[in-house]
Amino acid sequence: MPEPKADWQEMGLTRQEYDRICSLLDREPNYLETGLFAVLWSEHCAYSHSKPVLKLFPTTGQRVLQGPGENAGIVDIGDGQGIVFKMESHNHPSAIEPYQGAATGVGGIVRDIFTMGARPIASLNSLRFGDLSGPRVRYLFSGVVAGIGDYGNCLGIPTVGGEVGFDPSFKDNPLVNAMCVGLVEHGQIRRGAAAGPGNQVLLVGARTGRDGIHGCTFASEELSEESEQRRPAVQVGDPFMEKLLIEACLEVIAAGLVVGIQDLGAAGLTSSSAEMAGRAGTGLDLDVALVPRREQGMTPYEVMLSESQERMLLVIEPEREQDVRRIVEKWGLEATVIGRVTGDGIYCIRDGAAVVAEVPVRFLTDEAPVYYPQIRQPAYYEERRSWTAADIPVPDDLNQVLRRLLAAPNIAGKEWVYRQYDHTIMTNTVVRPGADAAVLRIKGTRKGIALTTDCNARYCFLDPFQGGLQAVAEAARNLSCVGAEPLGITDCLNFGNPEKPEIFWQFREAVRGLSEACRILDIPVVSGNVSFYNETGGEAIHPTPVVGMVGLLPDIDKRCTGRFQHPGDAILLLGRFRPGLGASEYLAFIHGVEAGQVPDLDLFAEARVQACCRTLVCSGLLRSAHDCAEGGLGVALAECCIGGGIGALIEMPPTGAGSKKPEVEVDITNVGNKMPEAGVDITEAGADRVEQREDNLLFGETQSAIVITCAPARIPHVLRAAREYDIPCLALGAVGGDSLVIRHTSGRIMINLPVGEMESLWSESIPKLMA
Amino acid sequence: MKFGIVVFPASNCDMDTYHVVDQVLGHPVSYIWHRERSLDGFDCVILPGGFAYGDYLRAGAIARFAPIMEALPSFAERGGLVLGICNGFQVLLEAGLLPGAMRRNDSLQFRCRDVLLRVENTRTPFTSRYRTGEVIRMPIAHGEGNYYADSKTLKQLEDEGRIVFRYCSGDGEILPEANPNGALGNIAGICNRRGNILGLMPHPERCSEAVLGNSDGLRLFQSILHWWGDAREQEAVRHA
Repeated sequence: MPEPKADWQEMGLTRQEYDRICSLLDREPNYLETGLFAVLWSEHCAYSHSKPVLKLFPTTGQRVLQGPGENAGIVDIGDGQGIVFKMESHNHPSAIEPYQGAATGVGGIVRDIFTMGARPIASLNSLRFGDLSGPRVRYLFSGVVAGIGDYGNCLGIPTVGGEVGFDPSFKDNPLVNAMCVGLVEHGQIRRGAAAGPGNQVLLVGARTGRDGIHGCTFASEELSEESEQRRPAVQVGDPFMEKLLIEACLEVIAAGLVVGIQDLGAAGLTSSSAEMAGRAGTGLDLDVALVPRREQGMTPYEVMLSESQERMLLVIEPEREQDVRRIVEKWGLEATVIGRVTGDGIYCIRDGAAVVAEVPVRFLTDEAPVYYPQIRQPAYYEERRSWTAADIPVPDDLNQVLRRLLAAPNIAGKEWVYRQYDHTIMTNTVVRPGADAAVLRIKGTRKGIALTTDCNARYCFLDPFQGGLQAVAEAARNLSCVGAEPLGITDCLNFGNPEKPEIFWQFREAVRGLSEACRILDIPVVSGNVSFYNETGGEAIHPTPVVGMVGLLPDIDKRCTGRFQHPGDAILLLGRFRPGLGASEYLAFIHGVEAGQVPDLDLFAEARVQACCRTLVCSGLLRSAHDCAEGGLGVALAECCIGGGIGALIEMPPTGAGSKKPEVEVDITNVGNKMPEAGVDITEAGADRVEQREDNLLFGETQSAIVITCAPARIPHVLRAAREYDIPCLALGAVGGDSLVIRHTSGRIMINLPVGEMESLWSESIPKLMA
Repeated sequence: MKFGIVVFPASNCDMDTYHVVDQVLGHPVSYIWHRERSLDGFDCVILPGGFAYGDYLRAGAIARFAPIMEALPSFAERGGLVLGICNGFQVLLEAGLLPGAMRRNDSLQFRCRDVLLRVENTRTPFTSRYRTGEVIRMPIAHGEGNYYADSKTLKQLEDEGRIVFRYCSGDGEILPEANPNGALGNIAGICNRRGNILGLMPHPERCSEAVLGNSDGLRLFQSILHWWGDAREQEAVRHA
């Protein structure tokens, strides 16, 4: 018989960690104390594996009002207003119980936002699932979407954007990353610090039950056959309670009654109270007997570790208690004083008269071990990189390829998802889901904000460093397409088991990539979350460092979407056209090959392309702008046609100035001789030659390229701007007709598809798969 | 003209509706807490969208027992205008101020999108600024908008012209494919016999400003102001 596990083992601590606790305390911890350490030292709370790597992120900047370390980050948008935002994972709970797992993921991130004093004004998400052909995957997908919808819809917070991706590596370990965005007046910003010895600690909201005990430990281990037994570690959400909590807390904060405030998330009362004391350098004296319960017979351990949802911890001055109580009770909620702030730095838990735990706060919050795991480049890396397209035949029927790609779940329209999310409530949503980025107006100003989430997990798998770079670059490009200047990033880093050297290599490389892109594009990281142990049966997910980004539009009326608008408009490609088949959706979906080099990226050129695009949008010169991403230029053009309900005539490869372009009657040769001569950008120093095969021209993926349209009379202005930013701008064709026609310069028609047919394929694909 | 917006626990379109009355129409408006018992001083009371009391049991089923609801029938009898939007419509049904009931959408899913509506009756205080048969666009966002009434009630609603909005196609045809939730007769909004209580599932407050790309909903609010102005005028004439 195997030896029974010690309590500390059961709770997820290692021998080394347990020994460290004993030496810090100079004694053995009791059962409850062991539990406190186990949750606060878990990867989820302590970032023990990731901390040294996360230091790579640039986190400061002129716009940063609050960087990492608080409940959420804040960027300045002028006029005394700030945008509060953060993204967080709820992967493991959603793998076991998709509806509640996703719902409580939303609930948790929303609390992080209003905790800071901000009114939540938008939610986004980033989701990954396995292949939709599997019934379990469809169950997870529909459950997660319904859970996100039902929770957010009840709160009245619009879910305005996000992304959904599908790859077999997420089959049993879906990713559910929820982001929330709030608006705050600078003077209303609150922080989670338990300052002022003698102040009261007030627990507000739902009663405490046995749900979710050890949820964060669960999040810090791989999924296995036994995970199903963790179902009780998944919490149950009550959005009605959360809505009341939002209103009550914002009212209490607005009345100036709060010293510090923090939500109860992972590790419940333990982490929220210890973190608040840790930030303020104070101690706490809490009595678990005072905590209102929804179940009888709960032990101090269960009360301290419960992850019951919809609870907040407030630190207030004793003389404010009645004022706070009046507001909280108006909203039909309970508020209970459960202890007080002390000056001795000791975390003291009582159960009535008896002291049941007593440890210095900083042992819990600052003394968790930091790991520097081994790093090893995985064997697959060089192997997959060395792939070349030579063995792949060019399909004869490229129309059919485009048809199939438009219906590919990664590319197809996601209305099936976002029609289940209320995205118009709060009457700020100016650009709705389905665009490159969502745009919200800020009432009472001319400003708008733009929001997006982004990550190409396949790029990150094949080349984590490049994938990291591109996640940031593409998110920023999405914002630039609508006309917004990127202000800040929240990240949600989803990886496998960091104790495996190959996984930690992926993690470090990806963070290096993200950090470098952040530095060069000058976009600080203000908040984030790490989710490790996303593995099932020893198989890790594709590394998925999701970027959530917030941008600012100075004038909401100067914005763009990707939709083609007017017949006769010129279609141009702003930026480089250097497509490659490696790592492309085309290669994976049509040919079943996941290999090759990801598109390369020159971040300095990228920055210029984005700045140019923003300048053009903000000066009202463009009719549309759409990022070239999965599926390459062919799919990007199809999306522009579908969005606008209008066709286009395109000639490829784009050859730049001087070439004859179909239907564009304006002579674009006379705007100056610095127009990039070689439209395909093949002359750029050091660049590889563009592979001229037709499938590559149409579906090869490229970075730093934006499909734009403008009235023909505006072409000279657009070209002048491109020249000023020293970037290529290539003429592609013209908007018009009922079909997308793409003609090779040789005269061969590569694509000729009616817009109506493309629209049906694109919009009906996911509903059909889910029917 | 004084507007009041009832706030139930977890009403969540209260601020949106307030914004339209206050900032777009520029008329006096205040919130009415659900525990209050009087509607004195108000001319138009709006029950906003949301999830009153979490919509537990059934949408609107608990809200109908809120103290403020006791004041609503007499307010309407005195001629006050009552507008129930989305959850507000559900509450009006549960309270028996409008006939029929809501079931879950036939898709069994929440639906958020724009719908097209045919304006069936422009003689109500809420619709005079539309043309009869006009096709307008409004956002919906609900999980329980599948209107049901027995055939007798339905016939009565038809005969009395109390079906105010129906989901329709682009050219105004009442087709099943234009129906987002399975509502009988593609019904999106109905009124009481007197015409001063209107309930509708779509959200006029979400389409009352050009920046949102659609201001078809604004005319519903302008109709209210217009009607109230006329009513006042007639009253003045009567007194003179």
